Amino acid sequence: MRECSVMIGGKAGEGINTAGLTIASLFNHLGYRVYMYFDYPSLIRGGHNFAVIRAAEEKIGATRDTFDILLALDQNCIDRHTEAIRDDTIVVYDSYQVVNATGHPIDVDRILKEENAPQITKNSAIIGGFCKAAGIAWEILTDVFKTTVPEKYLDVNLRVARRGYDAAPEVIRIEPLGRPTLPVLTGNQAAGLGLVRGGLDTLVAYPMTPTSNLLHFLAEHADDLSVKVIHPENEIGVMLMALGLAYAGNKTAVCTSGGGFCLMTEGLSLAGMSETPVTIVLGQRPGPSTGVPTYTSQADLHFVLNAGQGEFPRFVVVPGDLEEMYYWSAVALGLAWKYQIPSIILTDKTLAEGGYTFDIDASGAIPELPPVFADGVKPYRRYAATEDGISPLAFPPESTAPVKANSYAHDEAGFTTEKAELVAGMQEKVLRKAESLHRELETFRGVEVAGVAGAGIALVCWGSEKAACIEAAARFGVKVVRPLIFAPFPVRQWREAMLGVHRVIAVENNATGQLARLLRQNGFWVDELVLKYDGRPFSVDELERRLAEVIG
Amino acid sequence: MSNEKTAGKPAGNLISPAENTWCPGCGNFSIEHMMKSALAELAESKGIPLEKFVIVGGIGCHGKLTDYLNVNSFYAIHGRAIPLATGIKLANPDLHVICFVGDGDTYAEGLDHLVFAAKRNADITVIVHDNRVYGLTTGQYTPTSPYGFKGRSTPDGITERPINPLELMLVSGATFVSRGYTKKLKPLKQTFKDAILHEGFSFVEVLQICATYFNLTDCYNDQVYDLEGIDTTDFDQALAKAREWDYTSLARIPLGTFYDRKMPVFGEKFRHLEKRTRSRDEAVRAVLEEYR
Ligand code: SF4
Repeated sequence: MRECSVMIGGKAGEGINTAGLTIASLFNHLGYRVYMYFDYPSLIRGGHNFAVIRAAEEKIGATRDTFDILLALDQNCIDRHTEAIRDDTIVVYDSYQVVNATGHPIDVDRILKEENAPQITKNSAIIGGFCKAAGIAWEILTDVFKTTVPEKYLDVNLRVARRGYDAAPEVIRIEPLGRPTLPVLTGNQAAGLGLVRGGLDTLVAYPMTPTSNLLHFLAEHADDLSVKVIHPENEIGVMLMALGLAYAGNKTAVCTSGGGFCLMTEGLSLAGMSETPVTIVLGQRPGPSTGVPTYTSQADLHFVLNAGQGEFPRFVVVPGDLEEMYYWSAVALGLAWKYQIPSIILTDKTLAEGGYTFDIDASGAIPELPPVFADGVKPYRRYAATEDGISPLAFPPESTAPVKANSYAHDEAGFTTEKAELVAGMQEKVLRKAESLHRELETFRGVEVAGVAGAGIALVCWGSEKAACIEAAARFGVKVVRPLIFAPFPVRQWREAMLGVHRVIAVENNATGQLARLLRQNGFWVDELVLKYDGRPFSVDELERRLAEVIG
Repeated sequence: MSNEKTAGKPAGNLISPAENTWCPGCGNFSIEHMMKSALAELAESKGIPLEKFVIVGGIGCHGKLTDYLNVNSFYAIHGRAIPLATGIKLANPDLHVICFVGDGDTYAEGLDHLVFAAKRNADITVIVHDNRVYGLTTGQYTPTSPYGFKGRSTPDGITERPINPLELMLVSGATFVSRGYTKKLKPLKQTFKDAILHEGFSFVEVLQICATYFNLTDCYNDQVYDLEGIDTTDFDQALAKAREWDYTSLARIPLGTFYDRKMPVFGEKFRHLEKRTRSRDEAVRAVLEEYR
C-alpha cells in the first residue's frame, strides 16, 4: 500500500486532535510521511471534531476525499461523512456510541469498565482496534504510546488499547517502509523552532487561533530553548512591548491572526518610523472580523502588504510547508534585524495547526544575517544616514551617545524635526534600505517552481496550497509556480519562472484572488481563478475536479 | 551593577540642544528641570551611570521631554509608552526606565496598559503630566478634567466625573504611589528620586499647570498640603488619603508619597534564561527529539 487515509471523529473535548497526532505518529514509525488536517468548530465541548491523517511514501500536505479507514467515536461521525465512506472503507467504531454502522465494533464502554479506566482513554481502545485492523504490530503502538502518553497514564492506556487491539480483526496490512522516523510537528511548532534558530530571545503574544499554539509551544519549552515568553493585556501591548524589547537589544517576535494584527498596525507603523525590528507570525483564518475562527483562509495578503500608515519597507514571506516554515522563520528574524524592519511570516490555519512530518535537514542551511552594529567610537547617531540606508545599531547602556528612537520624523541623532529637507532625507534613507533589502533577497529563492518544468500551463498558488497543487499538477502535467517572498516582490525571479507559460491559473483560499491581484499589480496576467472560501483547504480530489473544469 | 560606582557623564549635558517649544509658564518646565536634577543627583549619590537611564514618552506636550533630555529615549506613540517601557526593562533589567505620559495619553488612550503595568508590578517609573486638559490638540477635556469642564469638544461642560488616578493605581496593584505639584519643586524632585529607586511599579501623578488652556495655579495653591505622618505601607490609609480629593471639589489636596511597598517584580522569573548553555541548533534538535 503506497498511501493510506484515516479519519477519526467524535465530539469536541474527546481528544480527537491528540488521537489524530498519535495515528500520524504510528504511520511515521512505519516510515511514512504524514499530514494531518484537524477540523473543529469554535466549541470547547460537543459539536463534531475530526482529524484526517494521510500517510504516503512521499512528502504530502493535503487530504483525499475518501478514507481507507474511518474511526468513529459517535454516530454523528458516520452520518456526517457518508460520502467519504467507500465500499472498502474499514470502519472501526465504538459500539456503545454508534448505533448504526457496518464494520468492526469495539465495546469501548465495557472495556473501560472492566479495566477501571477513565473516559479519556476511549481513544486508546479505538486506536488499538485501528492498529489491529490495519495490521500494525502491537510493538509499534507501545513505542508510540511511550513517547506520547504521560508516564503515569501509560499503563492504563496500554491496557485499554490492548483490549481494543484484541477486539478487532486484521483486515489489511500496512507495510513498514523501514525508514527512520521523523518528528511530527505543526506549522506553529516549526515556526517557533525556526525563530529560535534565527536568534529569538523573546516571544510576546496574546492568544488567538490559529497561532495560540505557537505561544503555548514556546511557553512550554521556554527553558529548553532559553526564550522569554510573555502574554500581555492585548495585541497593542504585545506589539509595543516587542518594540521596547528590540530597542534594548532583544530579538523579539509576536504571533497573532488577522484580528490581532488589526490592533498591531499602530505599532507596526511605529516600527516602520523608528526602524525597530520586529517579526510577526500571522496565521490567517476567515474574516472579516471574528469570521470563522477555527477554520482556514488566505485573505489577509493585501492587508499585510499595506498595513500601517505612511511608507516603509517590510519583508513578507509565505512558507508552504514545515521545512520552509522553519527556514524562513529564522531568515525573517535575521532580516528584520539586519534591515531594522518588520518581517511578517504569513501562514494560515491549514499550515499553522496541521500536523506534518518534518525533516530539519531538508530545510536548508540557515544563512548568517548579522545585524550592523555601531563602531563604539564615533558619537552614536541612531539614524545615521548611510549609503545602504542601514543605520548601525547600539543599545543602552553600551553606546557612545544616547540612543534616541523616535516615532516622529527625526534627524540622524533621533531628535524630532519637521524641516523639509530632513524629513525628505530620512524618507530617502529608508527607501535606500528597502533597495538594499531587495538586492539581498535576489540571492534567496523567492519563487519556487514544481511540477512539469516546460509546461505551458502554470498553477500559481501560495502558502499551504502548495501541496494540493503539486499533487494535482502531476495529474494534469502542468507546473506550479509559487512566490515565497511577497514583499519586496521578486519580480525578476517571477518573470523567469513564468517563461514559456501561456496560461496561468491561480489557486487560492479566498473569494477574490489576492495573489492574482498582486501579480497584476506587478504586471503579470492571470487567466483563471480557482477559489475556495468556505474555511476549508482544497483536498487533492476537489482541486482535481475544479481544475478539470478549467483545463479540460 | 558592577560599574555603578562611576558617576557617568556630568549632569551639565542633560539638557539637549533641541529647541524648546513649550509655552512660557508651562508646568512641563518644572518636571523637566526637577527630573534633570533628580537624574544628576542619583548619578552622583547612587553612582548610577547616566547611560543606564532610558526615558520613554507618549504623545502630547509632555512627550517633547524625550527630545529635551539628553539621555537614552524612545519617543513613542499616544498611550503606548508603558508597554514599550516594560519591554525595555524586560530586555535589560539593569536599565532604569522612566515613562513620561500625559493624562489624556495614559488615562484615556492607554488606560489598559497603565492598569496592567501596575497589576504586574512592572519595574518601571511612570510620571504623569496631569494638566487635566489636552494641550497639543488645543484644549479638550481629559479623564481628569473636573465635572462641568468646558473644553473645545464639550462647550456646554462635561457631565462625566473625573477618574481619580491614585485610587485607580492603588486598587490596580501599584507598589509606589505619590503625587507632586509643579509649583512645589523640591518635593517634586524628591518624589522623582524615590520613584526611580523604588523596585517595582512606581506611579507619580504630577499636578501640572497648563499655562495656556487650564491654569489651575490659584486653586492648587489654595488646596495642596504635604502628607505627613502616614504609614506608607498601609494600603487602607493610602486609599483613604487618595480619596480626600475627587478632582472636582474644593477639598484639600495631599501631596507626597501615599504608598510604598516591596513586592515581587515582573520579569524576575526570566532572569535565569539569560544563561544559554547550548547552541541554538542543539537546543532545537533536542526539542525535536520529543516529537519523533
Ligand atoms: S499647551 Fe499647556 S501643556 Fe502644552 S506647552 Fe502650552 S502650557 Fe504647556
